[in-house]
Amino acid sequence: MALLKSCRIIATAGAYTPALGVISHRASSWWSEVQMGPPDPILGVTEAFKRDTNSKKMNLGVGAYRDDHGKPYVLSCVRKAEAQIASKQLDKEYLPIGGLAEFNKACAQLALGPDSEVLKSGRSITVQSISGTGSLRIGANFLSRFHTAARDVYLPKPSWGNHTPIFRDAGMQLKAYTYYDPKTCGFDFKGALDDISKIPEKSIIVLHACAHNPTGVDPRPEQWKEMAAVIKKRNLLVFFDMAYQGFASGDIDRDAWAVRHFIEQGHNVVLSQSFAKNMGLYGERVGGFTVVCKDAEEAKRVESQLKILIRPIYSNPPMNGARIAATILNTPDLYKEWLVEVKSMADRIIRMRELLVTNLKKEGSTHNWQHVIDQIGMFCFTGLKPEQVERLTNEFSIYMTKDGRISVAGVTSGNVEYLAHAVHAVTK
Amino acid sequence: MSLFTDVPQAAPVAVFKLTADFREDQSPNKVNLGVGAYRTDECQPWVLPVVKKVEKMIVEDSSLNHEYLPILGLPEFRSSASKIALGEDSPAVLEKRVGAVQCLGGTGALKIGAEFLRRWHNGGNTKTPVYVSAPTWENHNGVFGNAGFENIRPYKYWDAQKRGLDLAGFLGDLESAPEHSIFVLHACAHNPTGTDPSQDEWKQIAEIMKRRSLFPFFDSAYQGFASGNLEKDAWAIRYFVSQGFEIFCAQSFSKNFGLYNERVGNLTIVAKDQENLTRVLSQMEMIVRITWSNPPSQGARVVATTLNDPDLFAEWKGNVKTMADRVLLMRAELKAKLLALGTPGTWDHITEQIGMFSFTGLNPKQVQYLVKEKHVYLMASGRINMCGLTTKNIDYVAESIHEAVTRVQ
Repeated sequence: MALLKSCRIIATAGAYTPALGVISHRASSWWSEVQMGPPDPILGVTEAFKRDTNSKKMNLGVGAYRDDHGKPYVLSCVRKAEAQIASKQLDKEYLPIGGLAEFNKACAQLALGPDSEVLKSGRSITVQSISGTGSLRIGANFLSRFHTAARDVYLPKPSWGNHTPIFRDAGMQLKAYTYYDPKTCGFDFKGALDDISKIPEKSIIVLHACAHNPTGVDPRPEQWKEMAAVIKKRNLLVFFDMAYQGFASGDIDRDAWAVRHFIEQGHNVVLSQSFAKNMGLYGERVGGFTVVCKDAEEAKRVESQLKILIRPIYSNPPMNGARIAATILNTPDLYKEWLVEVKSMADRIIRMRELLVTNLKKEGSTHNWQHVIDQIGMFCFTGLKPEQVERLTNEFSIYMTKDGRISVAGVTSGNVEYLAHAVHAVTK
Repeated sequence: MSLFTDVPQAAPVAVFKLTADFREDQSPNKVNLGVGAYRTDECQPWVLPVVKKVEKMIVEDSSLNHEYLPILGLPEFRSSASKIALGEDSPAVLEKRVGAVQCLGGTGALKIGAEFLRRWHNGGNTKTPVYVSAPTWENHNGVFGNAGFENIRPYKYWDAQKRGLDLAGFLGDLESAPEHSIFVLHACAHNPTGTDPSQDEWKQIAEIMKRRSLFPFFDSAYQGFASGNLEKDAWAIRYFVSQGFEIFCAQSFSKNFGLYNERVGNLTIVAKDQENLTRVLSQMEMIVRITWSNPPSQGARVVATTLNDPDLFAEWKGNVKTMADRVLLMRAELKAKLLALGTPGTWDHITEQIGMFSFTGLNPKQVQYLVKEKHVYLMASGRINMCGLTTKNIDYVAESIHEAVTRVQ
């Protein structure tokens, strides 16, 4: 920042001539000092993919579900909900700052379970958010303002790339705990517990509720139990990020198990939910932010403060996606249909994982690819090194991020053999 | 022991509390002249016919999906929205130095603009003054303060004595503002006063701003809604651009498209050249990414489809004129009735002011009387939403104002 200021002074001094002072300002821009922002790593992958003319090209960077023909998939229950909504001829009046009430209620219930003691006692508050990002942002702002006991946010190593800048911009300090074991392409349980047991009290710890992004590596229930105990002992504030409920195992209760377990064990968590993937509502920006409080009175105070945070950002949230989600969650037939569709998306992903490993074996690969099947959710940390990734791109037109992460959603029964062939070629 | 034991109960946002109180009121005579949304003569929300048509098209188009928009938003929305503000034949547009960020309503556009300015304007000095009109939409303070600006100040604007623009005060504040200060300017239909500078007055404002290197950040929430004419309502913005200014313009399509709850906004950026614009947009992307990642698709689709189709565009302009005309009619009627009642004071400002709001000049005690005794809900500032008036309630409202003015001082 100091360098920036001195550059500006030098530039101004160089441009100043008394007679032309006014004119030289008019010709200059306010934005001369604005630096070019770095290109987005994921977008860069997609841009390069678009330019590639190879008919066999594959985009495995995309973080959106694709059907077995590689096409975006609009859920049937979504189309039905939309038709229902259209027939109601609703007005377009502003939502409350906290969003659509019937959405908030259903969103909380989906995560916490219909029998949740938290919901029965009214000791939580859920506000509608701008999908997962917006939820994390509100959460980060809320903690920054009110969790004055600690500034540190602990992310798993690695975590979703956008976690860091969000928390940082909110004024928090970022730290990490061991999570992924590159040797096994699995969970470094011991490493995680070791690190977590040393985290200073009252720090914030971010946990991916299911389908860890980017690794696809989730703790097993027994491991979650131990983590919950250690985290309780350390008196840490738990921030769950749940972007894939239903999408991971195909079972919404199973995917929310960790969240519910922690709450049962007495953790008053904060929780971000996204409906981008599990309802395919990506561009409608549907999400929720929940704070589990001590009691209903506290929940009311927290709610009032969340509204104060939201108002100067976007006033109130968008209706369309929340209305669709609420309709699905609150209409028994649509809800049932949704559960089936979510399961089918998850099942297709699981099948592609299995097919990939089968085909790798068929190609003659002698590597252990078990992690491809053990990992869960949209993403797979293949274990491929940057040089291997580059070869996949240059020689086979297969696009993914440099860390070796692939979006299994981009794999189809039509291209899985080609992928296996290419991966074998660069790893044998 | 809870982490949130010390979290205090925050005060509710006044304008929403007003509506909440109105809803609970059991009086059959109640009138809501509070929150800024259009109402028909039946006092109902109005979904524009063109919006209904386009939404139906969207729902029935099975080729459309719900994929993520780009970070900066739907391209056809951004460009058509900017052209609405600047004019299709704007030199800035033709010179390709206009960019835009699709945002969540006008609030979102102000937010992204404010976050950018806090980082990149005036060397990133957070003490750079941000001037907002006295009075202004109350959330202006919230947005800029929340974005990290430490020095938000009023510039003189409303003259309570003469119930009009305090031009001398405004120009004086422009002359004395530190260079590089940011000025938030209401493009038309000033909220809450309904009082806009004339074209000649805008010219004087622009002259000082250029000479003193002040940055214009336009807030355009009522284009088309103010006079009924899109070009007329954008005159100030276009004048500034023609004078060579780089500007930000936060556009809202909440009112003029009636798309309140779909959060359709656009931050239009006019830069000196394409090279500067490119760098600015790249930084805007980074700010968007950590705020909401990418904007909601539905509302932008409706607006883009409408603006880019000549027939739908013409239909929309007609719908906008319908709304503007009803407001003008209510203004005329209210003034006429107050004059007929012989209500003390001058009431010319009711018809001279423009847009959805009117600063009646009623004092807080009179406002309280109206709310408590007459069940006529308006903001403590004396601001009324003309859209809350109908041919059915206007007599009651006029009589109530008459009572308030004559009984309460």
